[in-house]
Amino acid sequence: MWTWFYKLASPPSVYGIAAAFTPWLLGLAAIAIGYGLVDGLVFAPRDYQQGDAFRIIYVHAPSAWMSLFAYSVMAIAGAIALIWRIKVGHAVAAASAPIGASFTLVALATGSLWGRPMWGTYWAWDPRLTSELILLFLYVGVMALRPAFEDAGRGDRAAALLAIVGLVNVPIVHYSVQWWNSLHQGATVAQFGAPKIAPSMLWPLLSMLLGFTLFYAGVLCIRLRGEILVRERGATWVREAIAS
Amino acid sequence: MNVGAWAAMSLIVRRELCLSFRRPGQLLQPLVFFLIVTTLFPLSLSPQLSLLRDMAPGVLWVAALLSSLLSLDSLFKSDADDGTLEQLAICGQELSVIVIAKALAHWLVSGAALVLVSPLVGIALGIPTSAFATMMLSLALGTLTLSWLGAIGAGLTVGLRRGNVLLSLIVLPLAMPLLIFGANATDRAIGGASPAGPLYFLAALCVFTCTLAPFAATAALRITLE
Repeated sequence: MWTWFYKLASPPSVYGIAAAFTPWLLGLAAIAIGYGLVDGLVFAPRDYQQGDAFRIIYVHAPSAWMSLFAYSVMAIAGAIALIWRIKVGHAVAAASAPIGASFTLVALATGSLWGRPMWGTYWAWDPRLTSELILLFLYVGVMALRPAFEDAGRGDRAAALLAIVGLVNVPIVHYSVQWWNSLHQGATVAQFGAPKIAPSMLWPLLSMLLGFTLFYAGVLCIRLRGEILVRERGATWVREAIAS
Repeated sequence: MNVGAWAAMSLIVRRELCLSFRRPGQLLQPLVFFLIVTTLFPLSLSPQLSLLRDMAPGVLWVAALLSSLLSLDSLFKSDADDGTLEQLAICGQELSVIVIAKALAHWLVSGAALVLVSPLVGIALGIPTSAFATMMLSLALGTLTLSWLGAIGAGLTVGLRRGNVLLSLIVLPLAMPLLIFGANATDRAIGGASPAGPLYFLAALCVFTCTLAPFAATAALRITLE
């Protein structure tokens, strides 16, 4: 069973699988995001308090979700690569990091754009914002560590270890930041209880979540193929794959 | 020669302490840095003690973090440069024992010294003496945790030529909870409230890193040494 698995996880086979999945993932992502955008931006009712400004949630919430998801993928792929010495895991981690960092940036940017009309400020030291910002720093650290080594294999393992340490730390950072603000709090900017969101607003949001996840998987496949090609550039199967 | 783990640990700690006391400059520089950074704040903000007292916990903790970070770079560096680290790694003792000993020695030299100097800064920033015990206890717990986190970062960056900036980039985000609870504990003690809550959190973080960080730091060192 294990030999079968190792064969499946070998670079050429992953390269092929990623190539086969990419159009499906991106196509389904386009459908889900397309439906979510049209339904969310045009047909969903205006929020009675926030007006049309609430609609940024359809980009903001999925990006924030993906920023955490991509980090977990990066850390878990790194752990798999470290433990079972499956090289493709490092490629997956390396491919996932920039996508996750971009989603983090998008979540921060859309959040601050929404904050301007709603809170009257682009940035507030709100626990959620702060922990998202720290997540961005963690991404930057992992991405900076990998190429810092001259030996690529060492850089991979170091980055994987840092990603795992970061994964342990993310909940700690998250909760400490939450308590930090509740312990000594200035003027509270945002106070909205558990939003009971109407189904007409919820469906497009769920669709966007699904769409973003599929989009992430599709882009991951594309980046993964690039990573594998770079890593295996000396191998004969790469030469054959490119020649054909 | 066959030495038990405890004996090996105490030998390494003694060696590290001996080395640092032979180079007093290296020992004193982070402390002087700590004092200078805290001096910058009254100069840049305002010399009013009432205002400084409000800022004091934050200033103290940021300065402590930065100065601990300054000395982290040398945690494994000099030993890696002259090959001692490789010798230690193959001497038959568990690598984690060596990592624990070195991190403890680092804390004794940087963190504990910083705790001893902190009352000076406390007086300069107008922290009431009643808050000194909390301040020193929180700094002791925090710097010990930071030595563990730093050992992971230093282990990851030891083989790199410009690992210094990278080390701060790696360690600082991980150390943010320390800053939050440490500054909060000191802040509460200054205000006369009970600092027990944040202190418990600091202690919990300290225990957590004491148990898990040695494994991570050892793995990091293995990656860069192999």
